[in-house]
Amino acid sequence: MTASRSYDVRPPMGLLAELTHRCPLQCPYCSNPVALERRRQELDTETWRRVFAEAAELGVLQVHLSGGEPALRPDLPELVAACVDAGLYANLITAGVNLDRARLEELADAGLDHVQLSLQGATPEVTDHVANMAGAHVRKLAFAAEVTDLGLPLTLNAVIHRANLHQIDDFVDLALELGARRLEIAHAQYYGWALVNRAALMPTREQVVEAVERVEAARERLQGRLVIDAVVPDYYARLPKPCMNGWGRQSLNVTPSGKVLPCHVAESIPHLEFWNVAEHSLDEIWYDSPAFNAYRGTDWMPDACQSCERKEIDWGGCRCQALMLTGDAAQMDPVCEQSPYHDEVQALAVIDASGSPDFIYRRFARAT
Amino acid sequence: MTEIQESYIVRIPRGVRLREDKQRGGWVLLAPERVFQLDGIAQAVIGHVDGERRVGEIVDRLCEAYQAPRERIAEDVIAMFAGLVEKRVLEVA
Repeated sequence: MTASRSYDVRPPMGLLAELTHRCPLQCPYCSNPVALERRRQELDTETWRRVFAEAAELGVLQVHLSGGEPALRPDLPELVAACVDAGLYANLITAGVNLDRARLEELADAGLDHVQLSLQGATPEVTDHVANMAGAHVRKLAFAAEVTDLGLPLTLNAVIHRANLHQIDDFVDLALELGARRLEIAHAQYYGWALVNRAALMPTREQVVEAVERVEAARERLQGRLVIDAVVPDYYARLPKPCMNGWGRQSLNVTPSGKVLPCHVAESIPHLEFWNVAEHSLDEIWYDSPAFNAYRGTDWMPDACQSCERKEIDWGGCRCQALMLTGDAAQMDPVCEQSPYHDEVQALAVIDASGSPDFIYRRFARAT
Repeated sequence: MTEIQESYIVRIPRGVRLREDKQRGGWVLLAPERVFQLDGIAQAVIGHVDGERRVGEIVDRLCEAYQAPRERIAEDVIAMFAGLVEKRVLEVA
């Protein structure tokens, strides 16, 4: 709580808890880093319990229990209970292939508030191919049925890219059939594994426009029945996304080993120093760690952003994307049409959309 | 827009939680991937939603508390509930 700051730091609202990076699926757009953390590095139950208590104290309202696949943690019911004990809203983000009825009941009894199930496709062929797991789709449908049967609210999340973009209407039908309350149609964002696979995932501009129209039509048609949230693909956009609603403004991310990041990709910025829950309280990390303060407020922005009327709407866009595409994390997000790199990014998208490489599936690197 | 009748029973569905937000002040509705920060009026109205009361009863209670014309309160409450039903953070039966 340094007095000399030119911006205020408000308490965070949400915490993404990456309980593990292990996962039975191998989606080529996984949001985890390419260098996955291993089981032996994972925080234990007690430490997570402390993190959740500190998060609630700090002002966090919702915890997203994620991964990898969080259900690979044997202590998942205890972790859900720890969130509930701290007064936190507990949201489970799962692939739904390794949770049977008994286990799901345990989670519901522990006080789980909501389940978000990922769907890689709307048919077995597409899901099993994208996830690189035979039988995944059938298991997911069975899991969804158990979730709604137990009365737990269900959201379906579909990451959209070239191999499943034709299935948008089918995802909507599936959401209705499965009794989901919400559907997220999220175009792949090109970081981590998705960046590695960009040429296999990137749709054409025409495909993106058509997809957006289909989502809009469905949203209108189903008002009050199904909430549809869309994440738009940004390479073809004119304005940058307000990434994380601003760096260190609303949320934080804890990795399996306890590193605390302003967003799940932030480690791609090599000069930042991330603090770990093993050495610092969450409060100290949120208010005082160098990584969280690096791009807070607007002082760090280049002149063009400083004088832009959208500077507190877009917050300069995404720092990780700025670094990846311009070599400088303090540049404006090159998606912005004001950026000198804007045309280059659009050209990249067009080139990638015309390729046809195979997926490089998400896997742990061979042990060294 | 969903038509809300005074005879409807309103309730907060499973997956949505009403709680105080001590750090920021006020009350919030916590829903999947969303936080609704309630203003004083919304808090006063939603505070009467207990899963048993009908919309009409809630309006009556607010009339007593605020001594405003019933018609006006009913209109505001119904509009608020309709918006929340639309967002699926309130259910009617």
